[in-house]
Amino acid sequence: MSDIYYEIILDHYRYPRNKGQIENADIKVRDSNPLCGDEIEYTIKLDANKNTIIDIKFEGKGCAISQASASILSEIVKGKTIDEIKQMNKDNLLKELGNPKLGPTRIKCALLPLKTLKLGIYSFIGQHFTEES
Amino acid sequence: MLKEYEVIDVKKIKNDFPILNRKINGKQIVYLDNAATTQKPLQVIKAIENYYMNFNANVHRGVYTLAEEATMEYEESRKRVAKFINARSYEEIIFVRNSTEALNLIAYAWGRKNINENDRILITQMEHHSNIVPWQILVKEKKAKLDYIGLTEDGLLNQEDFYKIDKPLKVFSFTHVSNTLGTINPVSKLVKMAHETGALAIIDGAQSVPHMPINVKEIDCDFMVFSGHKMLGPMGIGVLYAKKEILEEMDPFLTGGEMIKEVDFYESTWNELPWKYEAGTPNVEGGIGLGEAIKYLENIGMDRIREHEKKLVKEALEILSEIKGLQIYGPREPEIKGGVIAFNVEGVHAHDVASILDQEAVEIRAGHHCAKLVMKKYNVPAMARASFYLYNDSEEIQRLKEAILLVKKIFNV
Repeated sequence: MSDIYYEIILDHYRYPRNKGQIENADIKVRDSNPLCGDEIEYTIKLDANKNTIIDIKFEGKGCAISQASASILSEIVKGKTIDEIKQMNKDNLLKELGNPKLGPTRIKCALLPLKTLKLGIYSFIGQHFTEES
Repeated sequence: MLKEYEVIDVKKIKNDFPILNRKINGKQIVYLDNAATTQKPLQVIKAIENYYMNFNANVHRGVYTLAEEATMEYEESRKRVAKFINARSYEEIIFVRNSTEALNLIAYAWGRKNINENDRILITQMEHHSNIVPWQILVKEKKAKLDYIGLTEDGLLNQEDFYKIDKPLKVFSFTHVSNTLGTINPVSKLVKMAHETGALAIIDGAQSVPHMPINVKEIDCDFMVFSGHKMLGPMGIGVLYAKKEILEEMDPFLTGGEMIKEVDFYESTWNELPWKYEAGTPNVEGGIGLGEAIKYLENIGMDRIREHEKKLVKEALEILSEIKGLQIYGPREPEIKGGVIAFNVEGVHAHDVASILDQEAVEIRAGHHCAKLVMKKYNVPAMARASFYLYNDSEEIQRLKEAILLVKKIFNV
């Protein structure tokens, strides 16, 4: 029915996973897309070695693409190490979204959660984050 | 042949716009983002081509044939613009890039000379950012004050606010037609209110000049700004209209070539109007293209274009109002609404609406429309917006409706 709004996106938009906020989180990070006003906030709990994500929640508002993407990403990264997340790229995430046919403007909605998450991870380990990271 | 209910021959008009033959996803395009920019008729495209093919030269300087022809055509366009809005003379027409540049020019050239500490500038909550930000900067610099006229729930200016604001005012700057809500403001009345407090009246005509007959002498505004690309012309050409006596008083904005009369080692004097405000090589193709666009609009008739849009907006409001869960913003009376309808589908973000509509080849805008203060009024992050022009028709409103119904189906709302 649609080249963009695959069932997986609509499902996560309607029933977001890991929605909420973790108290006493190790990482709290927030970013937005000034173009459409999409907002994502992740709160993350790490294991005792401060190396693996044991819990993650998100808050946000915005379009279905950005919010579904935030939900899907939260499922993927639970249990992953910081190094594994640093290795993640946009294609990994887009594949999980079903490779929707998004133009250059809308693709920013889909990638905002990954950008936000990486921003949080990089600043936690004291490294500088760039869009290419 | 015109059908009985038609005020203009849309079928014939559509033939002049090659881009409207385009298909998107295999479907005939429905272009409904005219408040952002309009499509260009062949006549305009060919006028620009003709300029580059036959008489391209820099204007105002050369004494050879090409330069004289280019100058003549460019200055003819200026006269056409003056007549189009009924200015007193071509001297009152300054070519700029767009409405934004024109408003910045006013805030910079007029504002820096005339605004002092504690002076008051009044704007409205329905302004485009281009009629907000230059004033914010000026007010900060001069320690002056910025006031607002708010909005009613229906998207009209809350005129009572005007009387609550401390006087005197130095400037009252407002839009003629809201680019988001479509509200047509009572400009003559607002100009009178401004003048009664001793303020200059500035009108943002970006959404009105392309769509209805405009008479600046009658309206009696001190400045009016508009953009060529929103009225079938090319991008990069816009107009600042101002009363001659104000332009004579004001200092130049940009300086350098073209805008001078005499240049000495430490002093210079300024060129005559309107060139005093046009430093550097101007956008000649833009001026010529805009002149041709005005010719096209005049041939159809601005009063007819307004009538046509009024019918479209009436029909669209009726049809869209039947869709459950559709929130429509702005006034509902076609008499005080331009061809602009902003809406939201309950439970669906405006960008998702626009993306699905695009799959159906219905091209609308979604976002804050450079009017964040309007978004604040209705407490939404974004709105979807359909905006009409002379080449739109009833069939396209049906396509819009069907595409919105598809949004509801996909999102199950």
